[in-house]
Amino acid sequence: MLTPRTEDELAEMIRETNAPLRIQGGGTRGFDPGTADEVLTTSGLSGLELYEPGALTLVVKAGTPVAEVEAVLAAENQRLAFEPMDHRRLLGTSGEPTIGGVVAANVSGPRRVQAGACRDSLIGVRFVDGNGTVLKNGGRVMKNVTGYDLVKLACGSYGTLGVLTEVSFKVLPKNEATAVILINGQSARKAVQTMSKALASPYEITGAAYTPSGLDGHPVTMLRLEGFAASVTYRAEALTKALGDVGEIHIETDPERTKAGWEWVRDVHSLSDVAGDLWRISVKPSDAPDVLEAIDPKAYLLDWGGGLIWARMPSGTDVRQKMQGIGGHATCLQGRASRFHPQPETLATLSAGLRAKFDPKGILNPGVMA
Amino acid sequence: MEMPTPNSRILERKSRIVARLLTVLPADAVIHEEVETRAYECDALTAYKCPPLCAVLPASTEEVSAVLKICHEEGVPVVPRGSGTSLAGGALPTADSVILGVARMNEVLETDYDNRFIRVQTGRTNLSVTGAVEMDGFFYAPDPSSQLACAIAGNIAMNSGGAHCLKYGVTTNNLLGVKMVLMDGTVTEIGGAYLDSAGYDLLGLICGSEGQLGVVTEATLRILPKPEGARPVLMGFDSNEVAGACVSDIIKAGVLPVAIEFMDRPVIRATETFANAGYPDCEALLIVEVEGSEAEIDEQLGLIMEIARKHNPVELRESKSAEESAAIWLGRKSAFGAMGQINDYMCLDGTIPVSQLPYVLRRIGEMSKDYGLDVGNVFHAGDGNMHPLILFDANKPGDLETCEAFGAEILRLCVEVGGCLTGEHGVGIEKRDLMVDQFAPDDLEVQMKVKDVFDPKWLLNPSKVFPLEASEARRAH
Repeated sequence: MLTPRTEDELAEMIRETNAPLRIQGGGTRGFDPGTADEVLTTSGLSGLELYEPGALTLVVKAGTPVAEVEAVLAAENQRLAFEPMDHRRLLGTSGEPTIGGVVAANVSGPRRVQAGACRDSLIGVRFVDGNGTVLKNGGRVMKNVTGYDLVKLACGSYGTLGVLTEVSFKVLPKNEATAVILINGQSARKAVQTMSKALASPYEITGAAYTPSGLDGHPVTMLRLEGFAASVTYRAEALTKALGDVGEIHIETDPERTKAGWEWVRDVHSLSDVAGDLWRISVKPSDAPDVLEAIDPKAYLLDWGGGLIWARMPSGTDVRQKMQGIGGHATCLQGRASRFHPQPETLATLSAGLRAKFDPKGILNPGVMA
Repeated sequence: MEMPTPNSRILERKSRIVARLLTVLPADAVIHEEVETRAYECDALTAYKCPPLCAVLPASTEEVSAVLKICHEEGVPVVPRGSGTSLAGGALPTADSVILGVARMNEVLETDYDNRFIRVQTGRTNLSVTGAVEMDGFFYAPDPSSQLACAIAGNIAMNSGGAHCLKYGVTTNNLLGVKMVLMDGTVTEIGGAYLDSAGYDLLGLICGSEGQLGVVTEATLRILPKPEGARPVLMGFDSNEVAGACVSDIIKAGVLPVAIEFMDRPVIRATETFANAGYPDCEALLIVEVEGSEAEIDEQLGLIMEIARKHNPVELRESKSAEESAAIWLGRKSAFGAMGQINDYMCLDGTIPVSQLPYVLRRIGEMSKDYGLDVGNVFHAGDGNMHPLILFDANKPGDLETCEAFGAEILRLCVEVGGCLTGEHGVGIEKRDLMVDQFAPDDLEVQMKVKDVFDPKWLLNPSKVFPLEASEARRAH
């Protein structure tokens, strides 16, 4: 395993090799391993570079553990707005998730519906491309349209365009209070309608999820409100009124319980002990019930108001085949199917073209995203 | 600002190129008479003008594709144009280029409130996107000052922002999908009405690429439910440092205003003379706006004013009504007009880390004395996006050049303190030659390699963004 300690050392390693490398942060996200044998880990590139709470700006080295980043922010009552998930329990992996891994896979949690994805909070990157050239794009300011936005391109490129060494974020203040509106007994179709109605209200929903089998085994629709205490109380009441007759409603405001509940959603715990292939499906929210009918999963969770479906499928099911005629895309995280949704020809050609420019030797995560 | 010498082989073939374009477009969509092409000789950066070879106004994606295919075959550069409101020269033609305007493509194609998106043709203006959904309680968040006129196509090309992006983000954060035509005429779709797209984030790459990678003809945009209400508070301080510290304290306190606008004394005075908004005569003025229900607004403004009081404001005025809100915004909204009343001005757009505000403002003041040109500052303080307005006299020989040199020095200062050349206007031709101050050669080279992939012949808006000497080998065929 290669463990560079500095960006220069990393650049030199890449310059001097022609052998394929498997790029890894903490290795907890069960990335498609690709075809490379040699592992290159960024875990040696760790530490805080800059944190200005008054400017909502954080710059860290890519190998920094996510837990460390979150602790630094929490000390100033701030956080990463996009609520990255921890894949360990769901995927049965171990190790320490790194912030670079979060960026490489554009990992975003339930707050995606309101605060955006990882790519929306990311304002700067430094990385070493497949030539061993150190590159930077973006910076430490949140408004920047100078040149092409390679920050977005790097985010979610799974180490195939370069090895991240440093990432910069716009961070946000933590909320003072949370309320969760829990609606019992809805069908998936009814739940998506309820979530759409809530997300179209002015009450700033920061989480909208549905499980057909909550902690007590019954279906639950969950709507999260965050902010100052008085405001949260007001919005919870106003939203409940606006939703009308949707069934039995319970409002949970206990800080510990709401936190645990949304970690349960974020980390998809309800699917972790179910056998079968694991799929992550991104669709138009109103299409979610049709997708569920088409694929008939063993277990599932809806997040992002229905726009994100996590599903456990009988081993070997071709979810993409079953989804035909419905827009969106499906990623296979566990199972024999190819991990990434095949792209239309033009986009595949452009992507291959970009990859050839950033990694002409073809040594960065070959086989991944291909 | 230097532009490449027009390719004489293209100029000689003008009649043939126009004739070919007329085979795929109606006669009124191909503008080639010299008197008429003048309408497309510049954008809002009016200091630079050059009529194009011709201008075309396609009415559909198919027509855009047909036009690009012909231009690709003929080796003619194409300059895409939204409404021509770029302050950076993004839509400035060269004599050997075809202007491709999307103004005739302004339809709403689909609105979907359940899934909270709208799909439009990109010639539609920014404000009319909100106009199409506001009766149902929704809005499109990015709000550049030119929103009455500017087109979504240009917003995507420049990744436009606005006063409210502190909370809602800029164009790239509100764009879900596009239909785009590549330079060779290939039509492709990226993303869609869902929150994350498959594969590389090409949508993020397209947004802000200044019309150099493709022509976007349709856009799927995220729309948001309108907040229940919004109200600002105005605060005056007797130094820029104190106002800057107040901004930082507000942000640290956990309130997230939708806008924090900053004006300095020259701008305050100019707007008072011009619009009579009733602003206090002080060194620095902040307008902080929050959203929510009446009670939520009261709570947030209360907290903000409590923070402001610790900084001994010379004035603290909370809006209690729509009329008072309008009065507070009046001066800010007329700031550019007010400065224009005094003289010609150049509007800069650098972004700096918020903590550097007082230092940068002081340095700009010192430079103003050195260059002998007045400057006013009005900007989005929450995100550090500055808009220094340098006053000059366009009729006075040498004044424009002095102004440009002054502007360049301010932008270099922005980069030096950890910021960037442009926060929301784009590079265009205006900041092209300063790119080497922000980017190392390798960082520029890799961006040009991205263009190589999308537009191998470098025909789309080729003389923009990159310094001419850096892109020369790629542009010369």
